Formats: sequence, structure tokens, C-alpha cells
Amino acid sequence: MVKTLQEINEKIKKGQAVIVTKEELLDLIEKKGIERVAKEVDVVTTATFGPMCSSSAYINTGHTRPKVKLGGGKATLNGVPVYTGFAAVDITIGATAMPDDDPRNAVHPGEFKYGGGHVIEELVAGKDVALEATAYGTDCYPRKELKTWINLKDVNEAVLFNPRNAYQNYNVAVNLSDRTLYTYLGVLKPNLGNANYCSAGQLSPLLNDPFYKTIGVGTKIFLGGGIGYVAWHGTQHNPGGLRGENGVPKRPLGTLAVIGDLKQMSSKWLKGVSFVGYGTTLSVGIGIPIPILSEETLKYAAVKDADIYAAIVDYSDAYPNGKTDIVGEVNYAQLKSGEIEIKGKKVPTSGMSSYSKAQEISEILKSWIKKGDFTLTDPVAPLPSADSGYKLRPLNERPIK
Amino acid sequence: MTTSKRIVLKFPKSKIDQPIVYKLIKDYDLSFNILRANIMPDDEGLMVLELIGEDANIKNGLDYLKKQDVNVQPLEKDIVVNWEKCTQCGACVAQCPVGALYIKDRKTMKVEFDPEKCIACELCVLPCPPRAIEVKF
Repeated sequence: MVKTLQEINEKIKKGQAVIVTKEELLDLIEKKGIERVAKEVDVVTTATFGPMCSSSAYINTGHTRPKVKLGGGKATLNGVPVYTGFAAVDITIGATAMPDDDPRNAVHPGEFKYGGGHVIEELVAGKDVALEATAYGTDCYPRKELKTWINLKDVNEAVLFNPRNAYQNYNVAVNLSDRTLYTYLGVLKPNLGNANYCSAGQLSPLLNDPFYKTIGVGTKIFLGGGIGYVAWHGTQHNPGGLRGENGVPKRPLGTLAVIGDLKQMSSKWLKGVSFVGYGTTLSVGIGIPIPILSEETLKYAAVKDADIYAAIVDYSDAYPNGKTDIVGEVNYAQLKSGEIEIKGKKVPTSGMSSYSKAQEISEILKSWIKKGDFTLTDPVAPLPSADSGYKLRPLNERPIK
Repeated sequence: MTTSKRIVLKFPKSKIDQPIVYKLIKDYDLSFNILRANIMPDDEGLMVLELIGEDANIKNGLDYLKKQDVNVQPLEKDIVVNWEKCTQCGACVAQCPVGALYIKDRKTMKVEFDPEKCIACELCVLPCPPRAIEVKF
């Protein structure tokens, strides 16, 4: 039994498509079985909401009178340095950028109260943001200084562009040492005090399409509360890594680079966040619809938390020193129960990715598609998959003498 | 009837070098558990106590403290979760030593806060990525 995307989109436009969230899909499969559900259901919505550090927004501020060349000069938004390596008035704000005078970890663990992620959230929330810049001046762009409030509604392009989002699985962090660790996976208490994970598990988009058969370049998605698209495979994309028998990654494998118009997004789904002792970043909400084209597509999209395994990694030694040994493996049903057992010890778990917000996004995306104006796109190019030979490489240092 | 009450005490600068709380034991027949104490030479003093004793004695003990110009507030008012900022990630849950922050419904994975259990240790505050937990002393 095979459906085409075109057939499904026709049904969507007529308001006849059967669209369910991933959680609803699991209930249906239990009641009716894979064969029936593959025929009856057209689209399943998957989602995730969590911290995604490789996120940014690029903006064209518009020209001043007289003109100023931010490109090659220095500029900040609310005190946070922005990248000015583009043309005159194009700037990029990165999620992890911080004010020059932020003490960072001078007194460890630093608070990291404010950074690029917070600036992006404030812009999207419609707040005025301070643009301060110095320029070296040219004949065509004579001005050397600029201090002005800007607002998202007044700038030209404002585009969310995230080089790496929606990780396909991730590590579970633990701390085998005797001092507290402050990491991007949160605060890790000593001696296996807690285990932190970060994935939407069975709701997570790429975990529902493990070999990237439906998600590819050009896939239309929910991004930050608005419409976005998959632009490319994300950085550190590693399709050839370890998978279980069902093809589901057991380690962090695929990633997505995503893009979308910031002006139609919402600060509810793009949040500046602070990781004590680590840094600032942006929490991003992403939702991806998966067309049920065949029983095979459905089998992949039927994956449950109990089927998805992750590696327990020690962040006191193995992770920072790039060692590949792991403490063990555990599945997301175990992690979400609130407690797992490691080396005979009961260890409480904490998620850093919000499962309840992911559920909300999957419902919102479902409602968008039901309205009839959000049709699914056929990728214009595939993401490198497991058989492509595409491999994640370390940096083999060649010191400069 | 023996009860316990958690209170936040703020001592004015003029009083921080004077022994005051010992009288709660000596004159008001109360026992207490010090949950937090912060006395800064240049600033006001702060103490979070769990007072244990008869209702009437607790009331009289608190009146005595107020007469000493000590500001008395019940503890529950002071830890606030800003649910608008909360992203429901659950990072706080494993940090809370007393289970005041917890996830009860493991299907919705929604974070909940029980102020009755909170001891204002503040271990949840900095690990919260959106900094949704506010400590108001």
C-alpha cells in the first residue's frame, strides 16, 4: 500500500486528510494495528522544544542618512556583539553571544544572565532593541557611529537561521566525580547525583524518520511559532553512527539546519535561556509533519520511548576529554519515569527538553494542517543518510609553530 | 497543639549583632531548625527558620520578634515560579532536595510546585534555564 504526497496534499486542501499527533498515532496503532492505521492516517505531527545552541538571526536593518557601513565595523544589540562580516547593514546575532563585560566563568559557576538568545526573544516579542555601532567610514559610507533603537517590525529582512537544530537523539549526562559539574545538559550532581537527558524521545521529529526518507531539504515545518523550512543537514550531522535493530539511533546522529521568517514567529517558541556555569542559548520549538506514505513509513513513525536508547556519558572525564567509553545505555521510557538505575544506584532524572511543550507544538501543527492551507512539501534534496558514507570527524590538530 | 511554621526573618542593621532568636527557646518554649542564615556586616541579616511548638507560643514568639524590629514573613510567599517564563523542561526537578518541584503526571510531563514542601534552599534557581524561579526574600 503506497500513498503519494500529492494525494495526501489534495486531501489536506479539501479538508479530508486524517491528521494525528504522534501520541494519538500510538493509541490508534494499539487499537487498530499497523496495517489499518497506515491506510487510514495521512499525516502524523512530531515536535520538539529544547535548547539549541547553533541558532541565530540575520537582519538587514535598513540604511541610515547619511549611510553607515556596519560591515567590518563593530556593533552590538542590547550590548551583545553581533557579527558584522557582511555587507553594510546586514548583521547576525548568535544565540550564545554575550556582552563583552559578562564575567562568564570568572567566578565559577557564572550566571550567564543575558545573551544573543535573549536578544532574539526580545526582538520577536516586539520589544525595542538598542543597536550601537562604530564604523571605519568610507567615501560611500561616511558615517562612523550609530546609536539607535530598532524594532522587528521596522527592519527589512529578519531571518531565523539555525545551523544545527533538532538533534536526532542525544546523550544522557551523569557525573562520576565528587564535585558538581555545570554543563549544557544542566547541573550534574556529584557521584551519580542525577542523570540529565535532552530529547523529545518518541515525539522527536528525526527519531520518527530515522533514515530521512520523508524529511529533507525544503521540508516545510513549524519553527518558533511560525513557518520554516529545512535548509540543509545541520552541523555535526552523523547519519552513519550507531543504530539499533529498528534503525533508531542509539547515539546523537542526524541534525537539521532550519530557516524561517522571524517576523511571523513567537517569543513563546523562541526563548532566551541561561545555563549556569555554561552559557546562554536559545530554546527553539520545532514541529515536523510526516506523511504516512506506506506501512514502512508508519513502522518508523511508530517508535516508542521504550524503543529509543541513549548512551549514559560521564561529563566529568569521558565527555570533556573526548573519550568514547560510556557508562551504559538507557531508554526514554526509563528516563521519563523520573528515576533510572546506574551501577546499582537509583539516580533521579531530569529532562532539559520540554516534552509537554513538544506535545503542544504537535497539536498546533496538526491544527494548521487541518485548516487546509499548510500542505506538506516533497524534499528538493535528501539529507545524507546512513549509506552515504557521510561521517562526523574530530579536529585533528596540526599545531601552528 | 504542636505545629511547625516556616518563617523568613529580616534583621535591621542595628540589630544584627544582638542575640535575639535564642529567646524563642528560652522564653517561648519553642524549638527551631535553621534552614538558612545570612548575616552580613554591612547589611541586614536574614534567617529562615522552621519554628516548632504550641500555636500560642509560636504566636507570642513572633510578636516578640516583631517588637525587636525584626521583619517576619511566612516562607511560602517567598519562592515563586513564574509559570509564564517556565518552559516545562524539568531541569529543576532533580535539583530540588525535598521534592517541592516535581512531575506527577508522567504523560504530560508538566512541572508542578508545592510551596508547602519548599525550604527555600534556592538550589533550583540558577539551574532553571529561563530563570523562571524567583526567590523573594
